[in-house]
Amino acid sequence: MSTLRPDLAIIAQEVAPGSRVLDIGCGDGALMEALRIEKQVDARGMELNRERVANCMARGLSVIQGDANSDLADYPDAAFDYAILSQTLQTTMRPDLVVEQLLRIGRQAFVSFPNFAHWRVRLALFWGGRMPVTRSLPIAWYETENIHHVTVDDFRALVKARGITVEREWFLNQNRLTSATAANLRAEHAMFLLRR
Amino acid sequence: MPLAPGPMSDDALFGLNRHIVLPGPLALDGGQVLAPVEIAYETYGALNADASNVILICHALTMDQHVASPHPITGKPGWWMDMVGPGKPIDTDRFCVICPNVIGSCLGSSGPETLAPDGAPFAMRFPVITIRDMVRAQALLLDHLGIGRIYAVIGGSMGGMLTLSWAATYPERVAAAMVIASTSRHSAQNIAFHETGRQAIMADPNWRGGDYYADGKTPDAGLAVARMAAHITYMSEQGLTEKFGRRLQNRPDGSKGAKTFGFDADFQVESYLRHQGLSFTDRFDANSYLYITRAMDYWDLAEDHGGVLANAFKGTKTRFCLVSFDTDWLYPTAESKVIVHALNAAGAPVSFVELTSPFGHDAFLMDTPDLDRVIDGFVKGGGL
Repeated sequence: MSTLRPDLAIIAQEVAPGSRVLDIGCGDGALMEALRIEKQVDARGMELNRERVANCMARGLSVIQGDANSDLADYPDAAFDYAILSQTLQTTMRPDLVVEQLLRIGRQAFVSFPNFAHWRVRLALFWGGRMPVTRSLPIAWYETENIHHVTVDDFRALVKARGITVEREWFLNQNRLTSATAANLRAEHAMFLLRR
Repeated sequence: MPLAPGPMSDDALFGLNRHIVLPGPLALDGGQVLAPVEIAYETYGALNADASNVILICHALTMDQHVASPHPITGKPGWWMDMVGPGKPIDTDRFCVICPNVIGSCLGSSGPETLAPDGAPFAMRFPVITIRDMVRAQALLLDHLGIGRIYAVIGGSMGGMLTLSWAATYPERVAAAMVIASTSRHSAQNIAFHETGRQAIMADPNWRGGDYYADGKTPDAGLAVARMAAHITYMSEQGLTEKFGRRLQNRPDGSKGAKTFGFDADFQVESYLRHQGLSFTDRFDANSYLYITRAMDYWDLAEDHGGVLANAFKGTKTRFCLVSFDTDWLYPTAESKVIVHALNAAGAPVSFVELTSPFGHDAFLMDTPDLDRVIDGFVKGGGL
């Protein structure tokens, strides 16, 4: 699994063998393929981009061209052991509703996102006075897909308000795991394992 | 042009231009019974020892069993040569591909042209059939060939309806199902276009209630108009514009096209449609067109399952793959999404993609590289 993006590698490690997984925003299906091969997981995917969907299908993966904003409603309750939403939450219209959907469809949910309160972002905004373009947020404000910038503390507040339990959390810096201490300031990326 | 039934040794069961008469009886959705059941079909590639490498291809309305072999009347290459053959996405070096002609058709399977017990063609005495009847007839053929479980069923357009019906009727026999540019039910608009075509045929004085086989005066004018109307629905507006625009047709004497201020085929698109209509009458029977379009109009998979499409797939283990095309307005993407929604609700493994193509509904028959890749992945996804 060494070729997987670090947050996906963590998920691949954590998912129980033989479980049922829905990977939302599955891209080219790298995680699904790793889960299928290494954990005999029944993996399904959803992806907005038609090229990437076709690539997944050409790899023999079960992937639907669909939109996390509207198409999660199609799935029945508790259809999956895990729903995965990696680096996609901040691109959705209503992240709170998407999180609710994840925990309706899946018994547990992995959610990862770039932390907008990372110190580089804060400095760029503070000193530059302009929306940050950083290592983890490399695209200018007018063309980024990220429409809901979220911080670690924002996300913690959201799940608390919705009565959602955080089972585990991981923080990444330069693609390496880092401690939870002052994560809202120090982590570039955050990942949470949630359940109802 | 019924194909001569040959003697049936085991070898004779597989190959090109096969034709078999099964005793039946086949109980039809309409309440009637078909016996015997004639089926024309072709097979490509060898059946493996445990008969686990069968890919069943279901053809569209006016297509036939000649999926990858020359058409017996037109001599044109098979209708899915790009997809089916050695080393192709549906690889006949690895799979035994079977393509039966649907009942109701005129290429050798039981249909209005078939002789009834009284020695005359059935014509309109042939029972009205459904998509599911076509599927049950194909199941009889596979039973006869000793094939239980099918590695994959694949079909586009009406073939997609048959594929869905296969998966709903014989879920335990269908390991995987690929539905291309299709729908779970015929819409009012779909029915309306078909009815226009049928009325054109019936309005032709040669149709005579369907009894035109004896003197060979066939309702070609009506059938051609039916084909013209249908052909428009198979193409996108963009495709028609790119291909013809408002360009004028050169005159038969070679002179440059000009408006005639008459009703000749001034425009290239008129000339094209007239040609499509007329050439269709060489290879297709008007009564078969009536019967098959009727079967498609009756198609509503949810209706057979208490109005809930997901119930058609309850507990299914079949792996599904759906493909639509962005310029297909006959069976638009929304129709595929209805099916995907139902399959998700049933918890079935399903893939879906809307591919982009300028060719409208007919995209599945045209050179569409993305479709090649998707079919290739779907076929390999079965593990063989």
